[in-house]
Amino acid sequence: MTAMEISNLTKDKLRAMFEEGKRFDSRGSLDLREFEVTYNVSNKAEGSARIKFGKTDVVVGVKLQVGEPYPDSPDKGNLMVSGDLLPLASPRFESGPPGFDAIELPRLVDRAIRESGMIDFEKLLIKKGEKVWTIMIDIYPINDDGNLIDAASIAAMAALRNTYFPELDSEGKINYEKKTKDKLPLSKEISPLSISFFKLGNSIILDPTREEEEACDTRITFGISKWNGQYMLNSCQKKGEATLSSEEIKTMMEIMPKKFEELNKKLKNFL
Amino acid sequence: MPDLSGINKMTKEIKRSDGRRVNELREMKAKVGVVPNADGSAMFAFGNTVAIAAVYGPRQLHPQHMQDPSRGILRCNYDLLSFSVYDRKRPGPSRRSQEISKVTEWALQPAVDLSAFPNNVVDVQIYILQADAGTRTAGINAASMALAHAGIPMRDLVCSVALGKNDKTLIVDLTKEEEDFSEGEGATDFAIAKLGNTDEFSLMQMDGKIQPELVNEVLRLGKEACDEILEAQKKALKESVESEEEK
Repeated sequence: MTAMEISNLTKDKLRAMFEEGKRFDSRGSLDLREFEVTYNVSNKAEGSARIKFGKTDVVVGVKLQVGEPYPDSPDKGNLMVSGDLLPLASPRFESGPPGFDAIELPRLVDRAIRESGMIDFEKLLIKKGEKVWTIMIDIYPINDDGNLIDAASIAAMAALRNTYFPELDSEGKINYEKKTKDKLPLSKEISPLSISFFKLGNSIILDPTREEEEACDTRITFGISKWNGQYMLNSCQKKGEATLSSEEIKTMMEIMPKKFEELNKKLKNFL
Repeated sequence: MPDLSGINKMTKEIKRSDGRRVNELREMKAKVGVVPNADGSAMFAFGNTVAIAAVYGPRQLHPQHMQDPSRGILRCNYDLLSFSVYDRKRPGPSRRSQEISKVTEWALQPAVDLSAFPNNVVDVQIYILQADAGTRTAGINAASMALAHAGIPMRDLVCSVALGKNDKTLIVDLTKEEEDFSEGEGATDFAIAKLGNTDEFSLMQMDGKIQPELVNEVLRLGKEACDEILEAQKKALKESVESEEEK
């Protein structure tokens, strides 16, 4: 267990404020911070994006590689999501082997994208059983001010939609210096995002700052998308030792589609 | 709105590949006291998925800097034995097993009260002998029994089950075959854990495709299944006490 950096005093204050629907930065409990997305973090990547979500700042890069398909899916390409919580981004992060948060972040982004069906993996086939494209998404926070997973999911979406295949020569080797005009085989309709609810005492909030996030007892992260005109949950994971009641889950289910639309609408301005 | 009529009909009509009803659990086996060396231990099986759990502690936590002077710490470790799956699992922790260890910890924590054991740790070791989906949930059920068997102060037992959906049909306690279902809306796997006698959920983990409106129905099915699991756990714990008395 890591030492809590937030004092009990702050935690009590936040608990009392959340109960009145107030926050230090004057947002309402379910208000999201503004965000903006920029591109071309690295011109060596096949696609990249950077999101500034309040003071949270995350870069996401997409690299494409040619590799072998997995034996159980010889006609499908692969997706790998990884990343690290760099000590650059926060005094909380340390060098060395990844801690749990560093393992969890890419896994949650991976599941939201993979399960939504956004990527047409069959179109990543080069030669059946031998060669396929592998999409490698790497996530690095530059500054952590809370709600990293949701911010990273938006940046991953932006980066994927601005990724171009590099050229393949006649022997099937990649020439990274030459990009084609071909984009990834992504569904236009399906655009998964991550939405995380945080609970402190009996209050539920969205989009916490780092301080608020530290104070909260529990987080539950959902991957949500639209599929055949319906909202679909694609992933979910609860973190932390407090429990959630079915009534609380029900409330979240009602809030989520609205927040998904709000985020997606804003994201479209940057695509 | 999704079509809910199918869900109401399903209980009577739809049979699953192993002949179960949609809301029927696989045969459960539960036994307490399977590791004599441990302070508490238990085995729990859902059909072909078999988990054993052993509890050691409370005992002094080393390294010292990890100690919490305000209360004891619960520490869980989950893993598959290498031969529990068809493709041999490389021994040692994976990202998957680390994640499951952590969610297992969170699932059990609300049920245990370690305030009387500052600077101590309670270690829960969970291993899967044979895997046919639902391993984390079987592991949590075994661990909850093992904690009770070890005499750790608890508010409640923790019951856990994997729910899910094949295309549009909600089902309880999926097998591997059902987890791999790929037609229509495909397979959704929704693992929950619940404090036995309350409406409090301590584990929620899912992947797949499910309409938000269906989540409450999933939780309702989960509650019913957890009631049955709780009975199986209590029965096994009582049996262990009775067999102790006979000696």
